[in-house]
Formats: sequence, structure tokens, C-alpha cells
Amino acid sequence: MDITFKDVSYIYQPNTPFEHRALSELSFHIRSGSFIAIIGHTGSGKSTLLQHLNGLLRPTEGEVTIGTYKISADEKTKNIKSLREKVGVVFQYPEHQLFEETVEKDIGFGPLNFHVDQEEIKRRTREAIKAVDLPEELLHRSPFDLSGGQMRRVAIAGVLAMDPNVLVLDEPTAGLDPRGQREVMDMFSNLHKEKKLTTVLVTHSMEDALRYADHIIILKDGKKHLEGPPLEVLVRKKELEHVQLDVPEVIQFLSEVEEKFGKTISYHNQNIAQLAKELAAMVKGGDDHE
Amino acid sequence: MSSSMIIGQYVPGNSVIHRLDPRTKITIIFFFVLIVFFANSVMSYGLLTLFAVGSAVSTKIPANYLIKGLLPVWFLIVFTFILHLFVTKEGEVLFSIFTFDFYTGGFIQGLAISLRFFLLILVTSLLTLTTTPIEITDAIESMLGPLKKIRFPVHELALMMSISLRFIPTLMQETEKISKAQASRGVDFRTGPVKDRIKAVVPLLVPLFVSAFKRAEELAMAMEARGYQGGEGRTKLRELSIGRLDIYIYILFVLVIIGLFMTRS
Amino acid sequence: MSQFIEFRDVSFRYREDQPWVLENVSFTVHTDEWLAIIGHNGSGKSTIAKLMNGLLLPQQGEILVDGIVVNEETIWDIRKKVGMVFQNPDNQFVGTTVRDDVAFGMENHGLPRELMLKRVQSSLAAVGMSNYQSHEPHRLSGGQKQRVAIASVLAVAPELIILDEATAMLDPKGRLEIMETIRQVQENQDLSLITITHDLREVIKADRVLVMNQGRRWLEGDPREVFAEKDALMNIGLDTPFVTKLAAELSAAGLNIQREPLNHQELLEELWTLHSKM
Repeated sequence: MDITFKDVSYIYQPNTPFEHRALSELSFHIRSGSFIAIIGHTGSGKSTLLQHLNGLLRPTEGEVTIGTYKISADEKTKNIKSLREKVGVVFQYPEHQLFEETVEKDIGFGPLNFHVDQEEIKRRTREAIKAVDLPEELLHRSPFDLSGGQMRRVAIAGVLAMDPNVLVLDEPTAGLDPRGQREVMDMFSNLHKEKKLTTVLVTHSMEDALRYADHIIILKDGKKHLEGPPLEVLVRKKELEHVQLDVPEVIQFLSEVEEKFGKTISYHNQNIAQLAKELAAMVKGGDDHE
Repeated sequence: MSSSMIIGQYVPGNSVIHRLDPRTKITIIFFFVLIVFFANSVMSYGLLTLFAVGSAVSTKIPANYLIKGLLPVWFLIVFTFILHLFVTKEGEVLFSIFTFDFYTGGFIQGLAISLRFFLLILVTSLLTLTTTPIEITDAIESMLGPLKKIRFPVHELALMMSISLRFIPTLMQETEKISKAQASRGVDFRTGPVKDRIKAVVPLLVPLFVSAFKRAEELAMAMEARGYQGGEGRTKLRELSIGRLDIYIYILFVLVIIGLFMTRS
Repeated sequence: MSQFIEFRDVSFRYREDQPWVLENVSFTVHTDEWLAIIGHNGSGKSTIAKLMNGLLLPQQGEILVDGIVVNEETIWDIRKKVGMVFQNPDNQFVGTTVRDDVAFGMENHGLPRELMLKRVQSSLAAVGMSNYQSHEPHRLSGGQKQRVAIASVLAVAPELIILDEATAMLDPKGRLEIMETIRQVQENQDLSLITITHDLREVIKADRVLVMNQGRRWLEGDPREVFAEKDALMNIGLDTPFVTKLAAELSAAGLNIQREPLNHQELLEELWTLHSKM
């Protein structure tokens, strides 16, 4: 589903001493099927933006369009519930939303609310638990007996079971150990391709943005600071520093190489082994990168 | 957060009333609540209104904010007035609608009772508007101090209150977060039959309790790590002190009381 | 270098019917050093922290802090020497305002009010939070709350501070704040420091690293020695810095990298030397 923000502003607690403008005339367009990363510091408006994607918040001004759904200040969105079925949101620390007696019931909770029939729920539950790489035996356990990492996966499975077209991820790897982080991100990347999802990733990690996204939006104080493909956006050191973000480490390193050796190695998503080969060739005095 | 949550919430400031010792404020409000019932003439009501409104103005809290805060009770105030208008049949007939007569007595009495009501609510809300909850807790701990002699756990009570106060905003944020997560999974908290709406609370309450217990456990551990072992041998950073300002206010208030009894009819 | 903490064959489990969380762990922490403890989630690293100030007591073996055996009788003295900052910024903020929270530990230890007033100022200054004295916790960022937590610990004047994944829940800005705060604090005061973390940038700055795996001491050494074991670290679920990975691939591509690099600068120097020899 295409997602469009048109001059969207959002104000918390308007007309009180606590009034706060979280989004300010924000406009952008996300093509259906793309993997976009939204980056910005705490307070940049990321989580406010995210809540517009499934109608948890309605813009104070402007209009949000998701597929055929329209959300705006004066217009009550029709079928908000069916919008929420199509846009799955994995919130930060999603394991905090678990509540059922068994993992199976918890994963099936979303589909049940959307009146999916029992057979289909069963099928989706099994598919979802497989997608998050947990054994089916866990289905009959209480979610509260699992480890933190497993609980996270169950919560994610609960969102996947809704069979959404758009997947919104709010820092899905926060608090996991390095292996867990890698596994969870790879899992989302695979799902994105397999299911042809539109994926919106809210993250602090420039490395993840570079690795997984095909389009990046950087927010600052509720406004759009930068936008474009990763290899265009994430190399703009000065503008990133302006919002206190670092360029991804590999790009930083290559720019240091350029400074020292006077030769450029361009980054085009090659893996470390590939990069090492190019570097080695340069160090040995090869001419292939003049 | 919705705007209704800010009613009565502390508004930072540096006015005379903000700077008073919280015990002074509680004491004066307590007696004000008592003496309001002694007012019975235009002059005595005027005096109390002057005191209450004067106090409110001196806090420098915007008037529209104060009035908004009183909004939920406006209804009660107006209702009281109308009730008296209908029920009390004293004095002369003021006017009639159809066959129903309205009397001056009802009008006056309704006005007086509503005014009392208004004054009480205004003055008590000034306490929470100008005093941080923790100051109120300190004041209560101090004022209950004598009860320690009969083994009443004053310190524990105060600590419990202050920790609850500390965690109210945190738990409110948490509630909002979880309800949004569940709404995203298709839970409808707002519409549908009552039975369904009650059922919708379960996915909210269970995670909330789980997380509250986890917080409590972690907080207990953090407190222990920082050497907490009960009230004994503990010193306190917070100190309440009755200053010159408090004395002036007490004197002013005594004058108001004297004035009140002189202007009673 | 004297020993500040010594673990002697320590084993610990939460319940008798459960597996050991720590098994026969022995190591020492020196006075004034910075030790980083790493390991996958569930490797027992947080348990180590809680054993150090008697929040947990071991079933087997013993732990010495500054020469004192940790047990029921000594925990209150030990908690004055060992301060801890936990992972969740919210669940360790006891006071209703910043100032109250910093005072909480001192109040528990019964310090006189005049001293408390001084130390509240000095420890908040040490973490750069002097302007937030009467702020309430919900108006602070995660990083700010953790700085307050560090100030609260500093106020009691401990000899060792343990940061138990204190940056795990923070955004990059908050992490930087905390790293910078720790660096300054360690520079200005005589303190031993233990950081339990997944963040490799923290690990690189430590004097020594202890790697835990499945309840056992797996490896101990300075960061360079530890990251030289890149493949083995990856196998137990840990990550290594970008330069470490790149250096390994460069070796595989036929370059003779002499010394395990810890940062960009070192690797660039190494490459430059190789380049000039070609």
C-alpha cells in the first residue's frame, strides 16, 4: 500500500500550558513494497509519525493516505479497524503487550479481533511461529515462562498473524543481544521480500538503515531533515552531524581511507569480504580504483 | 494524554502561595472549609470571596486555566443553585413560569450555597495547583509525626505515598502505550456493547500488572542496592520550615476570621 | 595493583531445582581499573554484578570486596563501597525530583543534612545535571535519568561503580552522554569501574574484558587480546567491532596485518605501512 503524508502537523494537548508540536508540516511519499527507515533522535517526532500510520492518532492539520484510507483532522476515518488489520505495528518492547494464558492464544488474539475464522487462525499461528523461528512446542506454554528474547518473538508473531500488508517496526531490536539483533532484523528483511510487504522501520541504527532500507527519512524537531536512498543520504556527513547522527561506520572508514590514501573506494552495499578485497588491491597498489 | 488529566495538576511558580510551607496551606484550607459555613451575610460572603479570589489571583496561574480546571464541578454548582430555586419557598414570589412560583428566598439561598461550593473547590484546588505532591506528602508526614509514638508507620506511609506519586506518570504512560499496542491488534476500547468493552480491559490490565510487578521488583532491588533498610537511622534532605511569610499569612487569616464574625448578621 | 574484588570459585543458582547460573567462577577486579563484562543474554553477567554487593549471595565459593567477605552481616558496609546503576532508567529513580533521588542513598546511610546538600551539588555537577535539580523524572530523557542514577551513586562516595547494562535502553545520544560522563568521572576520581554491556564502543575503552558464556568465565584479557578471538566470539553470540572484522578479511585477502586493530586509526596506520612497503 502506498503511504502519503501531506502537510501533516500534530499538536499534543493544544491550548494548554503543556502544548507541544510534535510534527510540523511533514510531507513524504512511500511507494508500496519499499523498505523505509525513519531516523531521528528521541523527541524528533518518530513515534508520533508512527502512530499516524494505523490511525492511533489523527493529524491536527494535513492528511495521511494509506492505500485507500484517508486520515485527517476533520474527517472521521471509515473502517479504522480494517486499516489496523492491514497495518501491523510492532511497538518498542512489544513483549510488554503479551497477556494470554498460552502463546497460541496470544498470537491468535489479533486475528480473532478481526473476526478471522478459527481454522485460518490456527493456520496463521503456526505460520507465524515458524516465521519468528520458534519451535511449535512453545504454543502451549505461557508466554510469561519464556525468556526475554522468546517473548519478543512471540509478540512479533502476534503482529504477523494479522497478515498485514504494511509492517511498522519501532526499534524492534532494542535490548536484544548482538546475535538476537541480527536474527530479528534478518527475519524482517526476509519477510519483507517474501510477503512483498511495505516496511517502515523506526531506528537509531545507521548501520541497519544502510543495510536493510531502500529509502530513508531523517526527522528533526518534527520536520523532515533529509530524505532519499541510503547511499545518498547516509554519506552526507555534515548534514547528519547537524542532527547529531553519525554516518555508518563503513562509510566513515572509507572516507578516512580516501583522506589518507587519496583514492576512493565507493560503497555499494558490498559485504566486508568484498570490501576487504578492494581495499587489499588498493593497498597493494592496484589501479582498479583510480 | 487528554487535557482532562491536567485538572488540579501542579503548575510551577514562585508566588507567595507557592512559597508557603505546605503545612501552612493545609492548615489554612482546613479552617477555611470550616468557616465558610459561618458566612451568612453579603459582607461576610464578600470577605471570604475576596480572600479566596485574592489568593487565586496572587498565584499568577492564568484565570482561564483555573476556570477550566473547575469545569467538571461547574455543573454541580449550577445544579445546586437550580435545586434551591425549585425547593425553597421563602420570601416573596420573584417570578412564575406556568403555575410554578419562584421565590426570592430560593434565589438567595441557591446563590449562597453555590457560592460556598465554589469557594471550597477554588481554595482546595489552589493547594494542588501550587504545591507539589511531594510537598504535600512531607507535610502529611510531619503533621502525622506524633503518631509515631503509638507505632504508627508514618515513615513507611510517607515513602509509599511518595513512590506512588513518583510512578503515577510512568504508569499512565505505560497504560497509554499498552492500550495503543492492543488497539493496533484490533481491540476496541470505545465502541461496542458493554460486555465487550469490559472484556477489552483484560488485555490492558494483565500487561499493566505484569509490568507494575516487574517495576516494583526492580525498584526494590535498586533501593536495596542504595542502602535502604527502613526508616531507622535515616536522615532527610527535605526540610520543612515555617518562615516569616507563613506567620504573616496566619495573621492575615486570623484577621479574616475575625472579620467574618464581625460581619455576620 | 591491589585487588578490590575477588571471586573464588563462585557458583550461584536462583532455586535448587534450577540449573546453575554461574559455575565455579573465579576472577579479580583491581583497584582503579575499568573492567568490561560481556556475554550473551543469560550468560550470567548481571548475576555477577548482583553478587558483588550482596543483592544475591552465592551458594558455593566466596566473594571478597576490599578484603571483606560478602555475607548477611557485611552487606550494608559493602553497599557503601559498591554502587550500582541498573538497566531501566525508570525503575531505579526513587525520588520525586532529581535532587531527592540523588539524596536517597545518602539518607539511607544517615549522612548529615549539610553534607548531603554539598554532595548533591557536587555529584550533579560531576554528571552535568546541575540545572535539573527540581526536575521530575518523567520530564527527563533516558540518558538524563541514567546520569542522575550515576550522580546518586557518586554521592555516597563508593570505591567501585557497576553499570549493569546502563546504556542498553538508551538512544545513541543517551549512550554518548553516559560514556562521556563515565570517562570524566573516572578521570577525576579514584574509582574502579565495571561495565556490563553489549556496546562494543564501551568494551574497547575498558582496561580489561571478562567474557562470560553459559555461566562460566570464558575468556579474560585486554580488549585487543579478546577481539583477536573474533570467530569464537561470534560463535557464542557476541559481536566484534567493524575494524576487527575488516582486519580479519584483509588478512584473508592476503594482507599481513601485524597487530589486532582496535580503531580506525590503528587499521589505517597498518594499511599505510603495508602500502609504503609495496
